[in-house]
Amino acid sequence: MAKTDKKHTPLLHIVKRDQGTLTWQYKILIRAIAIALALLVSGLLITALADTDPIKVYKSMISGVFGTERRRWNAAQGMAMLLCVSLAVTPAFKMKFWNIGAEGQALVGGLACAAVMFFLGESLPLPLLLVVMIVASVVAGMIWAVLPAIFKAFWNTNETLFTLMMNYVATQLVAWFLKQYVESGSGVMDIMPQYGLPVIGEYKYLLNVLIVALLTLLVYIYLKYSKHGYEISVVGESENTARYIGINVKKVIIRTLLISGALCGVAGLLLVGGTNHTISTTTVGGRGFTAIMVSWLAKFNPLFMVLTTFLIIFLELGSKQLTSDFGISSSIADISTGIILLFIIGCEFFLQYRIVLNRNRKEATK
Amino acid sequence: MIAFLVSAIRLGMTFLLGSTGETITEKAGHLNLGLPGVMCMGAACGCYAEYAYLTEAGMEYSPLLAVVIPILAALLGGAVMGLLFSFFTVTLRANQNVTGLAITTLGVGLSEYVIEEADVIFSKASKHFTAPLIPFADELGSFGKLVLGYGIFIYLALAIALITTFVLNRTRVGLHLRAVGENPATADAAGINVSRYRYIATCIGCGVAGLGGLSFIMDYLNGMWEYCVDAIGWLSLALVIFTVWKPNWAILGSLVFGALYVASSYIPGVSFAGKELFKMLPYVVTILVLIVTSMRNRRENQPPQSLGLSYFREDR
Repeated sequence: MAKTDKKHTPLLHIVKRDQGTLTWQYKILIRAIAIALALLVSGLLITALADTDPIKVYKSMISGVFGTERRRWNAAQGMAMLLCVSLAVTPAFKMKFWNIGAEGQALVGGLACAAVMFFLGESLPLPLLLVVMIVASVVAGMIWAVLPAIFKAFWNTNETLFTLMMNYVATQLVAWFLKQYVESGSGVMDIMPQYGLPVIGEYKYLLNVLIVALLTLLVYIYLKYSKHGYEISVVGESENTARYIGINVKKVIIRTLLISGALCGVAGLLLVGGTNHTISTTTVGGRGFTAIMVSWLAKFNPLFMVLTTFLIIFLELGSKQLTSDFGISSSIADISTGIILLFIIGCEFFLQYRIVLNRNRKEATK
Repeated sequence: MIAFLVSAIRLGMTFLLGSTGETITEKAGHLNLGLPGVMCMGAACGCYAEYAYLTEAGMEYSPLLAVVIPILAALLGGAVMGLLFSFFTVTLRANQNVTGLAITTLGVGLSEYVIEEADVIFSKASKHFTAPLIPFADELGSFGKLVLGYGIFIYLALAIALITTFVLNRTRVGLHLRAVGENPATADAAGINVSRYRYIATCIGCGVAGLGGLSFIMDYLNGMWEYCVDAIGWLSLALVIFTVWKPNWAILGSLVFGALYVASSYIPGVSFAGKELFKMLPYVVTILVLIVTSMRNRRENQPPQSLGLSYFREDR
């Protein structure tokens, strides 16, 4: 008897941590170690590929992000756009509604904006046109997000898969729009800078950055201090509890996704109306998916999300610089992003659980 | 018409492999959104192995090895990605959606890197994959072309789908696997090793999906590498829902998807813009299936109950 028991008592044993006992220093330490390890691993990988020394690699990455004023603005713009989409997915995630359709929601927002610019640009005065652009983008984003929400609320349709499919419907819609209405038949829409959002001074990205900064604060306040924000966290923790204390879960799901979709619509508006002044199927460029990880890594806190977006953008632009400095494959951006994400995802384990050595193995089996 | 059907079937087989692999994974309760990355890696590893073998062997290579080596490499490439995914989701109990998306990012990046190291054109090698397995198929006219004139992948795909259906529904292993996906706590209490089942199912599933990636390059594209394997991966994910987690239904479902995907090129009078709307169809149809199955709420057509949830024994 004792023998078999001994065999079945494992050496290690995993215990869930009591979240209250974790100090914030410990949390930050664990994440810092993970990021440092990830940077080390991807740095070593790049060093091996580029056949140079690691200091040069990091220097080149830093110069790619901060080197010139133009690069700094590009980084700010990249962060603003990614952050905007990340903000959009956050309320839904906090509610444990896995909206992985931000890509499509932002894209239809952009499409609506582009369509307004394309069809109404000549006939409307600019201020009115801007209003129509804003309304169209926001409404389009809301429609794309609220469809899965309605079905989730009433029939418990799997939202992860529904929103995922909606992405590709949006992509094909854009592809169709471009082929149908671009007269040259090339499928590439000419840029229409004359109809874009206003530019502050000579800084073409400043307006985008300011709008997103404002949105970050608003979303933070909304989630943390409003009644809606409270309802969202209760539904996320436990739908049964929410129902028990009289929260209308269906209403909360639909309302939250309307907000989520509206924010995605804004992202589309900023991308098309404020940046590119045209649209293509890759306008959103995977931000909808990256945003999920940004938001999750920051534990759904909009202020921390500024840091996580910076991390992603740093890798993206830094890798771009590496590609041009050392002539290594451009795929390195995806690879190093993947590595860093996995490291951070992995480190969560050490925050949620702790490993206990079964020291008293022998006594236990007596 | 024949050309259309043949092309639909050949593309369908890629979807079938991808979705069968994902079904195995999902039956164990793992929603692997890394499928596109896994298929990319499968395709890239397979192509790289082919490249390495052909360079090594020179002119006197053996056609058999030229087929077997890439297939094994694709299985292995997919399985390694699956191992990575299950390490994070089973051992470290990470969130499956986030891990999956990270795996997709990593897989797409790695596959691009791997393929840049190899020669991207495998048209000569791909002949060994597309050559009809049944030698007299060409002599039977259009019937032979339509029914028998396929390379190794279609038979592999069909066999894997049928075996999967059999194992899932008719064997003890399949029963245990489904139990793990439906309710891991109950399975655990019944003495089933949840972690082991999830690890193995994910690795096998990802291996099969990796094979799907290779079949897309070597069979459907005749050995021309294209950077669009991930799009095929998302469609395969859609096919899993479309066929309500049943690999035998996926055989028909994959034909429908393949047909919808290639239809626009074969129907006369469809404009360029119309083609794009046609390509929307598989996704729209999938959404409709998703809605209808959730509304009818029939138990046999539901996703595995604990799909997407990590299991920790001490959770309440």
